[in-house]
Amino acid sequence: MFDDFFIRALFAGIGIAFVTGPLGCFVVWRRLSYFGDTLAHSALLGVTMAYTLDLNIAISVFLISSVIALILIQLQKKTNLPGDALLGLLAHSSLAVGLVVIGFLAFIRFDIMGLLFGDILAVTTDDLIIIWTGGAVILLVLKLIWKPLFASTVNYELAEAEGLNPDRAKAIFTILMAAVIAISIKMVGLLLITGMLIIPAAMARNISDSPQKMVIFSIVGGLLSVVLGLYSSLEFNTSSGPSIIAASLVLFILSLFKIKQSIKLKN
Amino acid sequence: MSTENSTLVKLNNAGFKQNDKWLVEGVSLTVEKGKIVTLIGPNGSGKSTTAKIALGIYKNIEGSVEKYTNKVGYVPQKISIDWTLPLRVYDFMLLTENIKDEAIDEALTLTGVIHLKNKNLGNLSGGEFQRVLIARAISKQPELLVLDEPVQGVDYTGEIALYELIKRISDTLNCGILLISHDLHTVMTATDHVVCLNGHVCCSGSPMDVAKNNEYKSLFGEQASQILSVYEHKHDHVHSDEGEIKKN
Repeated sequence: MFDDFFIRALFAGIGIAFVTGPLGCFVVWRRLSYFGDTLAHSALLGVTMAYTLDLNIAISVFLISSVIALILIQLQKKTNLPGDALLGLLAHSSLAVGLVVIGFLAFIRFDIMGLLFGDILAVTTDDLIIIWTGGAVILLVLKLIWKPLFASTVNYELAEAEGLNPDRAKAIFTILMAAVIAISIKMVGLLLITGMLIIPAAMARNISDSPQKMVIFSIVGGLLSVVLGLYSSLEFNTSSGPSIIAASLVLFILSLFKIKQSIKLKN
Repeated sequence: MSTENSTLVKLNNAGFKQNDKWLVEGVSLTVEKGKIVTLIGPNGSGKSTTAKIALGIYKNIEGSVEKYTNKVGYVPQKISIDWTLPLRVYDFMLLTENIKDEAIDEALTLTGVIHLKNKNLGNLSGGEFQRVLIARAISKQPELLVLDEPVQGVDYTGEIALYELIKRISDTLNCGILLISHDLHTVMTATDHVVCLNGHVCCSGSPMDVAKNNEYKSLFGEQASQILSVYEHKHDHVHSDEGEIKKN
């Protein structure tokens, strides 16, 4: 019925949606969307490193993104620049350096479009294994740090005062962000990964009244976006990343009607 | 008298400096089980800073803090909650610890906000939110309660009831309370030990001792020491909700 690559892509996308759902909620709650962008842009460096040193792409993206996150934390401590300026500095310079390095690697044929916007044809069985095992580990760790991370998202001082160690939770969460970008880069592409994190979560916010509900709706939204996006990608021969993100945008727009209704009810 | 193991938190000559400016320095105090220690002082005198030092929120402090418990309930003075979070009162009660539903209901009932349990936190009034904050702190059955202006924004009758509740909690749970309050009335009635701050410890001791202290008088004015006499007259009876007088 389907070509094998499509089933692979579908399963990869489903695995990714399970992870980006809950993580995306934290990205929205903690206002980390630009931080997600920065890590994603730095992923290009990770990809070039993978090609030059013949490493697995996910692993090398994970390493580079983690290093960029560490550099960011150091810069925040040592400079007086505002956070968004530092993020912009790291995001664009790592993207630029990545593209320059690609220029030097003329002997390898690069699919830049696939890298930036995702390519469903590129998903291999190995990628599936990485996505599902990596995703399971990410979700497990997130569950373990949920309490301190969520409490400190609501109020840092309460979490600190009542002994939850929010700083450790934040550091671990940063690593999880790098990991989720690493496993989803092939599918969604590095320019659009943050969309996969934010848009389903934003959609979920419009229709939820508790954090648990928002996480669940965010996962469901991500799953629907993947399925709808991949089918239309196949149908219209478009890149997988933009198709998935466009599908999630449609869901977000639909969720706005729910808000309108509840505002009407209040008045 | 105090034994070592009834001590919950002890500040030894503690202070905190931010941007080369001392917020507070040289504070020594001890909170013990079943005792209420109250911090008073003018605005900017370092009351909240002292509370945060005791809680371990500030890391690079002068002096030292010895904290002997991890069961802490904290009602901060200012709390900025980001309303991008969908959060009901019920979710907020579970924020730092998984508490049984009965304990949540009991605490919300005690502070008079059980009817708000499923309301969104962002839709509460200031006074309602304050009651939820207190409920959250006590529902954990903490050993140490740190209350920073806990009744701000609460109506007058509610204020009295909440202070009575705080006193009762310290008796029933046998927990130690570090209380920050502007209300000298309550300070003088419900407290075991008063620390008067003004960037440093001005004076400390029993409410009586502090009220007679000259530094206290100069900080709060003559009127403040008269409060004590008002309080002493009040002491032999309480008013019920209907206003009738009940002898103690």
